[in-house]
Amino acid sequence: MRYIRPLSIEDAVGELAKAVGPAAILAGGSDLLVRMKGGFIEPELIVDIKRIGGLGDITETADGFRIGAAVPCAVLGENKAVRKAWPGVVEAANLIGSKQVQGRCTITGNLCNASPAADSVPALVAAGAKAVVAGPSGKRTIAVETVPTGPGRTSLAKGEIIEAILLDKRPEHAGDAYLRFIPRTEMDIAVVSAGVNLTLDDHGAIKTARVALGAAAPTVLLVEEAGQVLVGSKLDEATLERLAKICSGACRPIDDKRGTIEFRRKVAGVLAQRAAAIAYKRAGGK
Amino acid sequence: MAGVAVSTTINGDAVEYLCQPDETLLEVLRDRLGLTGAKEGCGTGDCGACSVIVDGRLVCSCLVLGAEAEGRKVETIEGMAHGDQLHPLQQKFLEHAALQCGVCTPGFLIAAKDLLEKNPSPTEEEIRFGLAGNLCRCTGYDKIVRAVQDAANVMKGA
Repeated sequence: MRYIRPLSIEDAVGELAKAVGPAAILAGGSDLLVRMKGGFIEPELIVDIKRIGGLGDITETADGFRIGAAVPCAVLGENKAVRKAWPGVVEAANLIGSKQVQGRCTITGNLCNASPAADSVPALVAAGAKAVVAGPSGKRTIAVETVPTGPGRTSLAKGEIIEAILLDKRPEHAGDAYLRFIPRTEMDIAVVSAGVNLTLDDHGAIKTARVALGAAAPTVLLVEEAGQVLVGSKLDEATLERLAKICSGACRPIDDKRGTIEFRRKVAGVLAQRAAAIAYKRAGGK
Repeated sequence: MAGVAVSTTINGDAVEYLCQPDETLLEVLRDRLGLTGAKEGCGTGDCGACSVIVDGRLVCSCLVLGAEAEGRKVETIEGMAHGDQLHPLQQKFLEHAALQCGVCTPGFLIAAKDLLEKNPSPTEEEIRFGLAGNLCRCTGYDKIVRAVQDAANVMKGA
């Protein structure tokens, strides 16, 4: 096994592209080290990306925010500007693990670990976040929902690294929220979860909406129909009913020790309603 | 496997070591440097017994590679007391009997130190949430929370 600490994204991509055996990217390591210890993976090459310039930074750009792939969630949570613009995303990121894990874990890692129950991912998908992918043939920017393809699997090709997550600049009257169900109060994996992101027009009616569900299918789900049903409404009772029905119907959950299919379907709808209500209030809706 | 040469700072002292690329910081501290205060409870970042502070961030040393400590500043339980002078948290853990078997204690002390440095006057709820990454199977947590509250009062007065 080899451990390297490249200083440029090009070097990191080059090393990963020419790696012969299994290779792993290390940012926070809160998933990678656990999987190595459990014997689930035995990388021959570990590429620590934390010394690559810019990957540890949160930058405010003309278009919004650029969150480097090595930014720990604790640092994201301390960033007032991101918290103000995207409270749902930040709350979701800060739900991952303990203080100790927060000091290391990253939203890019959470995305690339590709767990259907990843907390930050439904919030990022609802937010319409993009991932900047660096690879042997250059850079491309893709929607975050296209990254996970199944539990533990991503669409990234050999040699590709996500170097940053992009969040749009917020218009006026915008809000997002993320909620998960866990049987405890803290430090648990989502049984089911929902992220909602809304913008309102000047009269308080919903102009655009995105709804995403976690732990409800093999990947985090973007439920486009659920977003569409909210558009034009002020979250009246009938709309919320339809939202819940669509979300419950969109789920393709599994039965496991943390919850049944029936429970997950039901709660997905309830959480979508509640997250929508919070996002609406945050957007200034009454 | 080729060894990795690491230069780092631990509790204010410059330290150099060679480690394997898959060796954790916890293994380096305990097995190579003889700093056995940090404990391995779970090895998967769930119990907090191996808590240390790296560049001002509380982390589980079982989830950090030894190689990653290059150029960083690491604080462990061994650096908490000044000679014979216990840190107020250590003193209050003793006075409140906030430990029984003691395996979780170094992790709790480091996590509590980090908590009080960032929030000198935490509420009970903030203490409980702040220490949620540290598990104790003996005390039921109440004595630990009271010791941290008491230490916070002492440290504010200091």
